[in-house]
Amino acid sequence: MADALTVAAVIVLAIAAVGLVRVLRGPSRIDRMMAVQLLGSGSVAVLVLLAVGSGTDALVDIALTLALLAAFASIALATTLAQKATAAAKAEHAPGTPAS
Amino acid sequence: MTALVALFSTAAIGAGIIFFLAGTVGLIRFPDGLTRLHALTKADNLGLGLIVIGLLPLSSSVGMALKLVVIWALVQFAGATVAQLIARVARSTERGE
Amino acid sequence: MLGLALDLLIAALVIGVALWTVRTRDDFAAIVGFVAYGLLLTLAWARLAAYDVALTEAAIGGGVTGVILLRASIRLKPVATARKPIGARILVGLLCAAISAALAAVVLLPMTPAPSLAIEVRTHLASTGLGNPIAGVLMAYRALDTFLETVVVLLALFGVWSLTPDAAWGGRPAMAVPAAAFGPLPLFGRLLIPVGIVIGVYIVWVGADAPGGKFQGATILAAMWILAMMAGLTQAPSIGRWRLRLLLAAGPIVFLAIGLAGIPLAGAFLAYPEALAKPLILLIEVALTLSIAATLGLLVAGPPDVTPGVEP
Repeated sequence: MADALTVAAVIVLAIAAVGLVRVLRGPSRIDRMMAVQLLGSGSVAVLVLLAVGSGTDALVDIALTLALLAAFASIALATTLAQKATAAAKAEHAPGTPAS
Repeated sequence: MTALVALFSTAAIGAGIIFFLAGTVGLIRFPDGLTRLHALTKADNLGLGLIVIGLLPLSSSVGMALKLVVIWALVQFAGATVAQLIARVARSTERGE
Repeated sequence: MLGLALDLLIAALVIGVALWTVRTRDDFAAIVGFVAYGLLLTLAWARLAAYDVALTEAAIGGGVTGVILLRASIRLKPVATARKPIGARILVGLLCAAISAALAAVVLLPMTPAPSLAIEVRTHLASTGLGNPIAGVLMAYRALDTFLETVVVLLALFGVWSLTPDAAWGGRPAMAVPAAAFGPLPLFGRLLIPVGIVIGVYIVWVGADAPGGKFQGATILAAMWILAMMAGLTQAPSIGRWRLRLLLAAGPIVFLAIGLAGIPLAGAFLAYPEALAKPLILLIEVALTLSIAATLGLLVAGPPDVTPGVEP
């Protein structure tokens, strides 16, 4: 079964890697973000497949950390885009200017 | 019993891979941001979810199985939140232009 | 054979994403590329069975560093990216190629037998009371390195704080996004942060006997703190508060105090009396975890931009 799980890991990684074309091509920032999020989920899937295949507990902990921190990075990227979109829509003063 | 477990795991993991494939194809082929987002969330939720379900009977301990479920819940939860934020950005940029 | 296919795929992707990230001109796209690079590097370290490094890369490489770069890019004013003259570019290229070649030579032409203290570390690990040899090396045999690393992180924060405008000195960094962009973020924060704190503490705790440890766990805790700030659940603290400064310095101070106590008690700086090795290491790890988490959180938050006493 371990071999079959390694095969599955290779396939998932290859699929997520094809999705990276969207990081390269864009065209919008949202597209790039979505592709990296797919790679994040794909990496977590690869790690859990390898973890169960080899019975390594440490790999599950790495997958756990990756799931948490990839989520954090995605949220930060998406929030930044949302912030910029809101700022552009309202055309208010730029955030980060010191209060006078 | 073992053969049955192997069959179940293979089927679930295979189905998960198909959803990952669908997510990637959608991400590349679909025409605009919102439809691509739709494809992405399928890979996040069902792709990883089915792979985790397939791995549960194979995991070496109950602790490992529990962690797998937590991992899936984390990715699922974050994916749903990011999807909301991305959809807002997509909508406001569409209006702006 | 199957493993080789996986390794080759990961290696090809790491190199491809790295080249693309270096070449791209748009800052947001480059940051996205860098996060992808961190994810792939985590897989590479995991395949090399360097689980401690993979855990660090998962926590710092993809997650927190990406967000630090993102916040830096928000603060940067748009600059005209004029291309450097061709001569300078060739020079930089040659220098990079020389460094790469030197590193490749070191890896490909190893000394035989390779110099290693691994066996000695294994045989004496029991005296530290730790089960993870990596933790043993970091906390006992190379404690000076670990001590200085934590000081370096603190120095980096001083560097960031030195960019504070005079008017905002002693104030706090502005973190929260405008309310209109919130969406589900506060709810997400309320649900995820408790789970994240449990996972962070778990990673610190498990580090004594298995891959994990203070740096990785502290990074997770820092990420949860940053998330709370971004979601508007809490504000970044004013950098002038003495309790905050004490928290930042607590880790290095405890480490240094125990290290100095080692001179009379165990005969050397940063040596532990054998009977007390495990509890002392634990004490240092807890203090360092809190300090590193606070330092990383404030590194991401950036220099203060809200004048003290003035609410926006």
